[in-house]
Amino acid sequence: MRALSLETIGVGKRFGSFRALDDVTLKVRAGSVHALLGENGAGKSTLVKGIVGYGPLDEGSILVGGREHVIGTPRDAHALGIGMVYQHFTVAPGLSVAENLVLARGELPWRLDWATEFERLNAFMARMPFRLDIQRAVSSLAAGEKQKLEILKQLYLDRRFVILDEPTSVLTPQEATEVLGLMRDLAHANELTVLMITHKFSEVTAFADDVSVLRRGRLVGSTCVSDTSPEELSAWMMGQSSSKASAVERKPVDDNLPSRLEIEHLDVPNDRGTLAVRRLSLSVRPGEIVGIAGISGNGQRELTEALLGQRKSVAGDIRINGQHYGATRIEMQREKVYSLPEEPLRNACIAGMTVAENLALRDYDRGELCRHGWRVDRRAIRARARQLIARFQVRPDDPERPIGTLSGGNVQRVVLARELTDDVAVMVVSNPVFGLDFASVELIHQRMQEARNRGAAILLLSEDLDELIELSDRILVIHDGQINFETTAATAERHELGRHMAGAGAGAMDLHS
Amino acid sequence: MAELDLASFFLALLAGAIRVGTPFIFVSLGECLTEKSGRINLGLEGILITGAMSGYALACLTGSPWSGVFAAGCAGLLLGLLHGIVCSLPRVNDIAFGIALILFGTGLAFFLGKSFIQPQAPMLPAIMLGAWSDDERVRSALSINVLFFIGVALAVVLHWGLRSTRWGLMLRLVGEHAESAHALGYRPVLVRIGATATGGFLAGVGGAYLSLYYPGSWNEGLSSGQGLMAVALVIFARWQPLRCLWAALLFGAAGAIGPALQAVGISAGYYLFSAAPYILTLLVMFVTCRPNRTLNGAPGELSLTR
Repeated sequence: MRALSLETIGVGKRFGSFRALDDVTLKVRAGSVHALLGENGAGKSTLVKGIVGYGPLDEGSILVGGREHVIGTPRDAHALGIGMVYQHFTVAPGLSVAENLVLARGELPWRLDWATEFERLNAFMARMPFRLDIQRAVSSLAAGEKQKLEILKQLYLDRRFVILDEPTSVLTPQEATEVLGLMRDLAHANELTVLMITHKFSEVTAFADDVSVLRRGRLVGSTCVSDTSPEELSAWMMGQSSSKASAVERKPVDDNLPSRLEIEHLDVPNDRGTLAVRRLSLSVRPGEIVGIAGISGNGQRELTEALLGQRKSVAGDIRINGQHYGATRIEMQREKVYSLPEEPLRNACIAGMTVAENLALRDYDRGELCRHGWRVDRRAIRARARQLIARFQVRPDDPERPIGTLSGGNVQRVVLARELTDDVAVMVVSNPVFGLDFASVELIHQRMQEARNRGAAILLLSEDLDELIELSDRILVIHDGQINFETTAATAERHELGRHMAGAGAGAMDLHS
Repeated sequence: MAELDLASFFLALLAGAIRVGTPFIFVSLGECLTEKSGRINLGLEGILITGAMSGYALACLTGSPWSGVFAAGCAGLLLGLLHGIVCSLPRVNDIAFGIALILFGTGLAFFLGKSFIQPQAPMLPAIMLGAWSDDERVRSALSINVLFFIGVALAVVLHWGLRSTRWGLMLRLVGEHAESAHALGYRPVLVRIGATATGGFLAGVGGAYLSLYYPGSWNEGLSSGQGLMAVALVIFARWQPLRCLWAALLFGAAGAIGPALQAVGISAGYYLFSAAPYILTLLVMFVTCRPNRTLNGAPGELSLTR
């Protein structure tokens, strides 16, 4: 029996006057998989950071294996056998699997004898339920393999209590099932205890034994998974305000209209000069949302950048209303092309400029904001910013603040206010709600659907299948820079999409009509 | 006679590659080490000159060239340490401070070195590998400075050490992914300061070679941009010590084309050929650095590639 139990008793943490965590008492049984649910900002990260020693907790105590321990640094946690797998990979891409594992061990001799190390690592791998070639460079591993390496690392370090922070956010559904299944088997074999932060109810019901829900820093409930239902859990997570925002009715797409955005046999290179997008073709009609599903790193970023003029394509053509589109500012203004790129602070804003200035980036050189064709009217910019801030509920509502000081959700709202004007013709959207809270997500989804109903052609690239199925009219799957599957959203099946996201049916389908 | 001329041209070129390339070996290994930790130190140019000056001065004062080499290394170490520490402060850009360090290092060397332009310092010894030959050209070509052999050994040791020692792995981890280094309990800032200081030491030794062997005097135009070229050289060598060695010899050979031609009696275009290393630098940069690509093998934390 190696698995560790862990209990927190009345733990709390403050950041200034803000209580991030308040009197949380949580019990994780040895040899179980325990899911931790909650919205963004509910205190999940604060809690687990406290347990692994990255941000020690102010109040309360932690019992590990039934005995009280003070965990002040990650070293303390490691010494107790507690480890964490982060949402973002913490393996060094330039090093090999073996080097990453050996480095993780901490205490190294001054000289490494690679022959013996290899022998030992291979012996370790042979005992594991899943394996990786230890000589491979981490940069050549797929996302699922990297995630496995993170878990292997924890096992290699003899961790007996492992925290997983949204472990499946970068995996295909199949990879997620495999990885979580392995973790569950290890837990049930009493090898270790798993505490898993997640957003996905399906993972909780399929893999967890117990579940706890946090809301605004407090523990709302903790129970056996078999005694609860997704409905109850979501009520716990969202509190009373769980009423969904008014669903926007969906206008059917008019198939007789000509395509507005067409991409034909497009080749786009990545930073290393190899093709990230290969002979990709697709088309979007007015009043249609076309979703592109795929694991990140399959060419989505390069495709978006090519559409937004941030990257040059080397072959193929992009057309809007039948005309060549080279993503220059003049063409964007003429064809009314707008975008919600991912990482808006990097791709759609200038962090040091004010909210008002950022709101004017699309049209400071035209119309009312520009007097006599050359003088920028700052007063008009400020006045319009105030209106938009009010309409899109940006907090704080000060147009003169540098946008870099706003929270992620509010930055996205500013971008939304600028991009979703009344006359959008083409919209390119990439992971629009990544890391946002429920309220912002609802707002963004609602506005996108309204734009669609007004006749905008929207291309939505997302790693979130729920979002794609909810919003899209058609869903395409991108794998290795090519579209390998197409379906209507109404008939979309998750496992079918997942299979193609993982590369099934390789070889480009020519979807160009 | 054309055949003999060609032979002696290549002999002169080889000798020149070693003679001119030796400081490149030290500077580029120093830069390689620094960049492997995720920092870039453009100030090596200034360190090189400070090293040349302090090496020459100490050799003059003590009469021992080796104490000069040691002093040059220590001067480089101090300036490297300065770079490492200043760049660890929040919001300090390593490239901007590197440029400041070029100016500081050269200025300091000119200021302190004024009085050492006249006296003659003892030179570093060379090993006469050509003693068996009675051909004067062969003998002069094969008299190779001890520092060259030390440089070669150092490249081999670094190549091995980056892979097979605790410190090598730690250095690469810090340069690849500071966050995971943090997570493993390492202190990236300290590692980087250490790497930059060590890199500075090596660059300082490279400077001592300049003033104490070839060209073998202290003057203000001594380095002529070699510290900056080393940055290009490291990129060309894809951050691998052994390749740094070959690249340094290549740059050395480029610098030796003019003298080698002169050795066989062709003196036309001497000054044109002395521009060869700079042209090579431009070519390397042109071929390897494109705005829309990242470089293969570059340490992940390098500000150059982010």
